Amino acid sequence: MKRQLPLIIIFVCGIFMVFQYFVPHENSEFLYEFAALDWPPIIGVFALTLGIISLIRVSIAKIRKREPNWPFSIVTLVGLTAMIVAGLPWFGGQTSPAVIWQFNFIMQPITQTIFSLLAFFIASAAYRAFRARSVLASILLISAVIVMIRFFPLGPFTGAATWTADWVLNVPNLAAKRAIIIGVGLGIISTALKVVLGVERSFLGRD
Amino acid sequence: MVVRWELSADDGRGQNNILAYKILRTPKLAGPFSTDSATAGADYHLFSSPGTIYNAAVWHLIPGEWDTLGQVPLGSSKYDNRGGKQRDAKDFLPDATPFQYKVIATTATGGQGVSTVSAPASANGQLIHTGKVQYIGIPVVIFTALVLGFISVAKRGRELYIRPLAGIGAVDEAIGRATEMNRPILYVLGLGAPDDIATIASYTILSRVAKKVAEHRTELLVPCYDAVVMSIAQETVRQAYLDAGRPDEYKEDIVYYVTQEQFAYVAAVNGTMLRRQTATNFYLGVFYAESLILAETGSLAGSIQISGTDRVTQIPFFIVACDYTLIGEELYAASAYLGREPKLLGTLKAQDWAKGLFLIFMTLGLLGAALQWNWIVSMFRMSF
Repeated sequence: MKRQLPLIIIFVCGIFMVFQYFVPHENSEFLYEFAALDWPPIIGVFALTLGIISLIRVSIAKIRKREPNWPFSIVTLVGLTAMIVAGLPWFGGQTSPAVIWQFNFIMQPITQTIFSLLAFFIASAAYRAFRARSVLASILLISAVIVMIRFFPLGPFTGAATWTADWVLNVPNLAAKRAIIIGVGLGIISTALKVVLGVERSFLGRD
Repeated sequence: MVVRWELSADDGRGQNNILAYKILRTPKLAGPFSTDSATAGADYHLFSSPGTIYNAAVWHLIPGEWDTLGQVPLGSSKYDNRGGKQRDAKDFLPDATPFQYKVIATTATGGQGVSTVSAPASANGQLIHTGKVQYIGIPVVIFTALVLGFISVAKRGRELYIRPLAGIGAVDEAIGRATEMNRPILYVLGLGAPDDIATIASYTILSRVAKKVAEHRTELLVPCYDAVVMSIAQETVRQAYLDAGRPDEYKEDIVYYVTQEQFAYVAAVNGTMLRRQTATNFYLGVFYAESLILAETGSLAGSIQISGTDRVTQIPFFIVACDYTLIGEELYAASAYLGREPKLLGTLKAQDWAKGLFLIFMTLGLLGAALQWNWIVSMFRMSF
């Protein structure tokens, strides 16, 4: 039963969701809201507690074993505690000045710094990708140059450059994207069927 | 509900100055109505129809107030008022609730001609959405039949040829390399929700990878972005170690939670890669802007990288920064490739046949549009 019960639950829920999609009745929509929209946040709250426990346990283990850069784990635990304490009702809740301050002056600058690294990584990745080592890489390089020069002021050639770049984006590029999207769509249905019918059960740990 | 009207005398004739028609509706309900502004603010109106209480501020169903549904251009004499049954949606159309409609003809200079108000009319939710059945249901049934058919063929023992995928072939090599170098393997499930199909596909690959990792006694690290994903991944990896016959090797710290803040998660994973010098990195699941930051850091750290996502916008980043990339549907197919089970391989074959059918229909549609075979073109025109 321990093996069968999860598969039965997956099958029943999967079949319900398939039929619900084709039934526009008010009661069907209500059931969908109740079963599919209201339950995940409830489960998520309980899982978040497990997540926080996991984070604390891993951080303490790193500190105890003096793993490389273990002081960062102290920063993690201090940050976690400071944000939770500042958000307690006695200190003003989620909108207390301490929470807002930590968010605006610590969280935001750090996350924006990480995001800004993307600009440099795009440059290094583009350098690697655009080296004309083969015919395909050369085609990629030429296509990229065509798309990029669209943004340059080229005087009488601006119209032609824009048209060519638009053609590259809207014809070969869009065709490839749509081919991938069709494949993804079929793959989604296929994976959903495998899971609902119990054909794919390796994620349950049982082949 | 379909609203029809007679064209204005100035639409295409007369003064010829009509630009568009605006369609408005109001609920026609008998009281009693109540307002509970004390608890929910001045704009919060509650009113009751038989057996139901509606939050009018959300659903735009305030008796006596006209709500603009939309606008159609000059020359139109019909508006299809299609509403949904999802209660918090803007187009919510409650069952057995009478509405009255009116149409306003507008001119470019701001002139308006208002129609008479229609008699009350109501709609009921249908049990089956025939439009969806026709355009989505039937193709899904055909595809399901193909999947079940090929599973049956595979079960009977017939050999099915499946095109080899370089990224999947490299999984064993990558795990072996990590074992030889005595360095850990990093597996990133992405930023997807636990019910994203790409995340589900990633669990299945994680299961196969964890089993091989357990057999090789290599270290595995699975930092998670979502706490529910973490819980499922923990169970998946625990069972994989059990299946590999090494339950004692499993530790709770293999799969751990980091944070649900996108770039804080990226910082933590990048830090893990650089500190632990991971030999192999797997990025399989749903990825957004962090894909290139992760993959480039791994590339700079000298790790072998295998990635896969169904997000079209992130695939190019993975292709340039990773050694092997599973493009789109290949992510879903990876589990079947790794397991080589006939039943799973059968589903891949069904996908190939479905793609063949797609090609036939697309060619038919192209020919129909080019040669003006309207009956073929109308087959592809969805109206729901």
